[in-house]
Amino acid sequence: MADAVLQGLAAGAGLMPPEATRAMPRPPRTIVPLWGLPIVAAILIGEVFAIASNSFWALDFYHVVGGGIWTALDLFVGLVIGPIIGSMSVQARAEFTARFMPKMLLIMPTLVTMTLASGFQLARHVGFLEASAPRHGWVVASFIVVGVMSVIALGILEPANLAVLFEMRKPKPNGELIGRLMRRFAYTAGVTGVMQLATLVIMTRLAT
Amino acid sequence: MIAGEQDVYEVATPERRLPPITAIAVLAMALVIVGGIDIAAQIPGQPALAPPAVLTALAAALLVADLVILSRVRPFAWRRFRLVFGCTLAAYVVIAGMIGYVLVDDGTRGGSLALLVIMLLVYAVDIPLLLAFTVARYEQVEGEPGA
Repeated sequence: MADAVLQGLAAGAGLMPPEATRAMPRPPRTIVPLWGLPIVAAILIGEVFAIASNSFWALDFYHVVGGGIWTALDLFVGLVIGPIIGSMSVQARAEFTARFMPKMLLIMPTLVTMTLASGFQLARHVGFLEASAPRHGWVVASFIVVGVMSVIALGILEPANLAVLFEMRKPKPNGELIGRLMRRFAYTAGVTGVMQLATLVIMTRLAT
Repeated sequence: MIAGEQDVYEVATPERRLPPITAIAVLAMALVIVGGIDIAAQIPGQPALAPPAVLTALAAALLVADLVILSRVRPFAWRRFRLVFGCTLAAYVVIAGMIGYVLVDDGTRGGSLALLVIMLLVYAVDIPLLLAFTVARYEQVEGEPGA
């Protein structure tokens, strides 16, 4: 019913042709896309093998791939997508959120887990964890940056995302609440984006 | 909102005042993270355990206090809370398990390992609490103004 109203509204306002509005999404019934869970499981199992086998290449692969995607995503979402979302109407934010956030709920924790677990092992392999290592300070700096990002992402950003998705599933969502939570998302995504710049500096200092 | 959106969206009602569950949970998480960084910065050597132990004890106390305060909130969308808490707890147990596995594989033992495991337990409960509360607080329940 609410879907029909949403579609009618968008079509009536001339935002989309009626055919396009028929495809206007709501968050999936399960919120988290279930088809993605086997992919996440495969990635995490692969990481356990990488750690158990102590394969330097596999650990490096997980850390570089996971960290690269995590950093790029955070920068792109924080500095490009975030401001765009902030300037959208509630209707447009709702549409974007319904398609984007469920996937992010799977992608981000997976990237963070694969990057951090392999990164810690890698630091141990190359001796950066030793307090006497010349670059130990940079490793500790990376711990601090990740810690700050964790507090922001897990304490503010992720709860807001989840609350928006549940709100949008209601028969009559609270538009003002969605708008407020999405603004919170836009600001905090910007902060984590900037923190990722610090990560880039730290990682390149460690690697050179 | 654009014209007509009021037909689709519910008219905003004044937000209900609830205890500072979110603030307490974020503080507990921050304490655990600071304690974790303190230990991680010192292993594989012999880390000084007193400062992270104090931080962990504070975080655990805050988490317990948060759960007690939350349990007294009435009315509250407990069904929704339990659904989100259960699902996210499963996810964060896996994540905490991965981190724990890395620590064991690295040869972390004794007091450091015990403290880190307690930190991971606090982390694995605290974050689902945070997520579930944020979702459930916006659910309309019987007996609440505007329900």
